[in-house]
Amino acid sequence: MLAYTIRRLLMLVPVLIGMSLITFSIIHLIPGNPAQTILGEQATPQAIAQLEEQLGLNEPYLIQYFDYVGGLLQGDLGQSLRTNADISREIWPFLAATIELTIFAMVFAVIVGVNAGIVSAWKQNSLFDYTAMLIALIGVSMPIFWLGLMQQWIFAQELGWLPAFGRSNPRDPVETVTNFYLIDTLLSGRPDQFWNSFRHLVLPGLALGTIPMAIIARMTRSSMLEVLRSDYIRTVEAKGIHQMTVVYRHGFKNAVIPVLTVVGLQTGTLLGGAILTETIFSWPGIGRYVFDAIGNRDYPVIQSGILVIATMFVFINLIVDLLYSYIDPRIKY
Amino acid sequence: MEPTSPSKNSPFPGPEHQEPQTSVPAAASPWKEAFRQLVKNKLAIVGMIIIGFFILIAIFAPLLTTYTYQSMSAADRLQPPSSTHWFGTDDLGRDIFTRIVYGARISLMVGFFAVIGALVFGSLLGIIAGYFGRWIDMIISRIFDIMLAFPSILLAIAIVAILGPSLQNALIAIAIINIPIFGRLVRSKVISIREEEYILAAKAQGMKSGRILFHHVLPNSTAPIIVQATLGFGTAILEAAALGFLGLGAQPPTPEWGRMLSDSRQYIQSAPWTVLFPGLSIMLVVLGFNMIGDGLRDALDPKMKS
Repeated sequence: MLAYTIRRLLMLVPVLIGMSLITFSIIHLIPGNPAQTILGEQATPQAIAQLEEQLGLNEPYLIQYFDYVGGLLQGDLGQSLRTNADISREIWPFLAATIELTIFAMVFAVIVGVNAGIVSAWKQNSLFDYTAMLIALIGVSMPIFWLGLMQQWIFAQELGWLPAFGRSNPRDPVETVTNFYLIDTLLSGRPDQFWNSFRHLVLPGLALGTIPMAIIARMTRSSMLEVLRSDYIRTVEAKGIHQMTVVYRHGFKNAVIPVLTVVGLQTGTLLGGAILTETIFSWPGIGRYVFDAIGNRDYPVIQSGILVIATMFVFINLIVDLLYSYIDPRIKY
Repeated sequence: MEPTSPSKNSPFPGPEHQEPQTSVPAAASPWKEAFRQLVKNKLAIVGMIIIGFFILIAIFAPLLTTYTYQSMSAADRLQPPSSTHWFGTDDLGRDIFTRIVYGARISLMVGFFAVIGALVFGSLLGIIAGYFGRWIDMIISRIFDIMLAFPSILLAIAIVAILGPSLQNALIAIAIINIPIFGRLVRSKVISIREEEYILAAKAQGMKSGRILFHHVLPNSTAPIIVQATLGFGTAILEAAALGFLGLGAQPPTPEWGRMLSDSRQYIQSAPWTVLFPGLSIMLVVLGFNMIGDGLRDALDPKMKS
């Protein structure tokens, strides 16, 4: 297990190199002259030359790449073309906003999804099974941005129960330390702000969590159905062990691997996929940060933003893979 | 459809059975059995009706409406649903029903081509990686990791940002981002199958890898591939709509459902029908494909038959 972990960590090196190659290439894949594209049609030749100098586009590719990676290794993500600020400093509040939203959405999705899936498989063909799976089907089929718009319209605009935009009350800004507002508001001893931030999380969190919830519920059910038909489950049942124990302890443990795969994939997808939710709810997250950069042709921000999200996702995948063999000792590497 | 004969569960249907038997070799019977299971599944039938309906309106779109999807009328701005405009009109006075009907063509096409591309490449890579293991698995899994390291919609956005926003580029991007999703799922299934006794038995009999892969591993991996292909059909259509919603997919005046949503979102309070119908259409089509896929899964996986 330890040897495998070390080997997996070493195997991350080529993945990270591959990722850095891809993000490095983004600027070079732009059709035509990148500096010209960034500055627009009206740009003077001097301005183009200056930008090429600034981005190092005149150097040979290999030198450019080593400069880029050298910078990354020192924590230098480059500078935004629009704000001229260091991206490594600028990016954190956006990233924290997305992580907070993702965790909220995923906790909701896993708790509801896994339990709905287990009970549906356990009580197969019951009313609960049909209802839960119909809801899950509709959840999987729902365009998240449409669900968000509808939630916003009903719960924020028509009923006025929850805030529709942003992370907090702009007239009462949160004192930021970690940029996770739920933590920061507690650190500064402001339960009222904590409650307010929590309320801001609810609509985007539920919108973002709906699809993973539905996918997890379906995957859990289908995986559980297969397991519950196994001989050893019948043996455990024959021993007279309580149904609940059979299902949750003996059943789910063996059904968990496909579920885990989906949870891992979905968490990473949410980190980057939050962009739609962030657009609808004006959530200042990393997806928004990258998307705005595309609009502004701010390529250093696009490159670094994508690289940061991707790096986080690689580590999530690693953890999922390590959990496989921990949970199912039959899987040998 | 299915004649309710007492022999329907028998592998040798009686003479009253109408399906021709002569041309079908014995090995095809699990698939015939699966088809019989499928048409018994009510949800799958509902799904087929939904998709059949959308395919029909996509084909016969010009016959269903007297408007064209781009014709504007300032006098008819934001009209509520009525007998002249069944789903109302949008902010440019275009008939929403007409745009929905033509939009079905776009969504179905995007879903089909994106899934076929992703399914073929993803499953092939996943089976190879999971079955052979060792360095082949390492290489393929690293490629998946690198691709999956870019969360799907973000990678799609990046691809479209490079290629330029258009429907065709959105389709290419969606196919690419779905390859590793199929690949990883198939790989994890194959890894668990690889440990089964019947594979060991096949190996002990001296069966070649290719034969084991296509006769034992592939049929036993079908269920998750189909579950994922179904979800994949849905997600491909959803992703195309998402790119359209962000302004990176189909360009105006193409009546793409996601684009229609984003163009109308500012009118949601005054004219909710402009947002309601495109969203419902996306959901129904995706729901239809998901229902069919669920039915297929139940029918194809012998373990799930009760």
